[in-house]
Amino acid sequence: MSAVQITAPIKAEPKLAPLSARGAAQAPATPLRRIDARADAPWVRFVVVAIAVGFMSLFIVLPLACVLTEALAKGAAAYFAALTDPDTLAAIRLTLLAAAISVIANMIFGIIASWAIAKFEFRGKNLLITLIELPFSVSPVIAGLVFVLLFGLQGYFGAWFLAHHVKIIFALPSIALATIFVTFPFVVRELIPLMQEQGTEEEEAALSLGASGLTTFFRVTLPNIKWALLYGVLLCNARAMGEFGAVSVVSGHIRGQTLTMPLQVEALYDGYQIAAAFAVASLLALLAIVTLVIKVVLEARLQQE
Amino acid sequence: MKISATDVSKRFGTFAALDRVNLEVRSGELLALLGPSGSGKTTLLRIIAGLDWPDEGQILFDGEDALKRSAGERHVGFVFQHYALFRHMTVFENIAFGLRVKPRHQRPSEEEIRARVQKLLGLVQLGWLADRYPNQLSGGQRQRIALARALAIEPRLLLLDEPFGALDAKVRKELRRWLRELHSEMHVTSIFVTHDQEEAMEVADRVVVMDKGRIEQSGTPQQVYEEPRTAFVHEFIGESIMLPVVVLNNAVHFEGRSVGLDAQGAPDGIATLFTRPFNMTILPDAEPDSLRGEVRGIHGIGPARRIDVALGGAQTVIEVDAPRSKHCAIGQVLHLRPAQYRLFPSEI
Repeated sequence: MSAVQITAPIKAEPKLAPLSARGAAQAPATPLRRIDARADAPWVRFVVVAIAVGFMSLFIVLPLACVLTEALAKGAAAYFAALTDPDTLAAIRLTLLAAAISVIANMIFGIIASWAIAKFEFRGKNLLITLIELPFSVSPVIAGLVFVLLFGLQGYFGAWFLAHHVKIIFALPSIALATIFVTFPFVVRELIPLMQEQGTEEEEAALSLGASGLTTFFRVTLPNIKWALLYGVLLCNARAMGEFGAVSVVSGHIRGQTLTMPLQVEALYDGYQIAAAFAVASLLALLAIVTLVIKVVLEARLQQE
Repeated sequence: MKISATDVSKRFGTFAALDRVNLEVRSGELLALLGPSGSGKTTLLRIIAGLDWPDEGQILFDGEDALKRSAGERHVGFVFQHYALFRHMTVFENIAFGLRVKPRHQRPSEEEIRARVQKLLGLVQLGWLADRYPNQLSGGQRQRIALARALAIEPRLLLLDEPFGALDAKVRKELRRWLRELHSEMHVTSIFVTHDQEEAMEVADRVVVMDKGRIEQSGTPQQVYEEPRTAFVHEFIGESIMLPVVVLNNAVHFEGRSVGLDAQGAPDGIATLFTRPFNMTILPDAEPDSLRGEVRGIHGIGPARRIDVALGGAQTVIEVDAPRSKHCAIGQVLHLRPAQYRLFPSEI
């Protein structure tokens, strides 16, 4: 909308003619010089667009192309062989599992935390809001180390879990925990502002019409937040599948067992299996593109709401 | 259904929203809770609906303890100030909601639901909007859909929170009359909250005036207007002229002079004299024991004419209705005496 104002031509104010001359001056209307606020010289426009496109190409399109060419460097057969390698399949499975666990956990925690923050007043609420954002500002490596400190052999609870034959560190539980920690803010951040804006009146209306708490949640609350929730889940999922740092610390790097896809890429690359590394990397890149497309669709839906 | 609230109190932190409120609502009555914002009227309504719980006191529905029941179990229709329609449901589904969430053995069949909703849509005269979403409706339409939704559960009691508050003046007038007619057809006990005295006076059978968490007075609109029991009620309802006076030996003194009025048994001391602009009579002759003032302004067209009169030491300017027949000019000195008035001792 502001663009319209900017592009509206500013009429050059004609110099005030003496009163007697005004009538005469009106007749042959000389065209006013238009000063378009956006009318930069063509070369300026060209340079600005070129820089933007060049930057995009250099940092996003080129690497993506590189990933694909390197992945297919030894032909399609080698590409699919690399993807169907048992270790790689195990990595894909582990990644999907860890992502699924953390998405579900963060969905549940996210809805509960947002509900608490948006709809109740309690002491320490601001602290809670700040803490929820903490994973964004903490290095993922630290997140990983925290879990090693808690559940590692020398950690606070490590001995107890070892005695009860529960493996946490260097196994799925710690990978899932680290991923949950890192991706916690995504859902909450989408839900809190929306829930605050919507208030509690619709829920109250449902309750007074005889709906139970659970019915109210599924029939009123959830439909009202579903697009924002999906959006948060999508971002959460993308990050969960791509997480490297935190998972790297707790995984133990056991091939075919505790390597997620990003870790598998690193392991293959370090083992000079360049084509295979890029083949797995291309899957992650594909995931990013799919995420991007869904994100655009969801954003359009959110705009409509 | 008959409702009685006994000694109901509710605090929010240190703020007393309700302070030992007692209220009786007769069956089939249309009652207005009238008061300024913060007077506790909405809190009382929400407590009756089961959306808030009192700290103390009792709420009885036909002699039965309502506080033992949740909002859903009370069969109360609640119309929210901002309607609170379910934004992701069509108008039809909004109205059907209360029927669809009934326990399975009580739930009407799909055809019955359809018929009931159509009937309600007909009642609120919006049948053609069934497939629209709330954000496609005007304020007045939303209001009526919210009412239809509340009526769908066949409530024993209908509660409306500022039902016309968010509407423009013209729609508000129409809906007021419509609600009045609807109530006389359906005869469901109804309570509505408003801060607009005109609205309360026009629509309600009985008005309950609230201030600062207490009930100041309840009665028919006429009673409340003509026999206000407290200074607050007099000031809040209708136009008031207020004069700071002193009562001495059952005589009223204004600015040190007796004004020839009986103190109506008010105790000696500082008090406020309340009257209405149309009750102030302009005396034909100068009388020593009267209010004396100078005309400062004359305004109004048509049959009604208002004059501003500066009394005594010119500290107090009052507006008085003056008949056309009476000659008035700016600067003229008038002698006034209220035909009807009330005295309320000032709180110190």
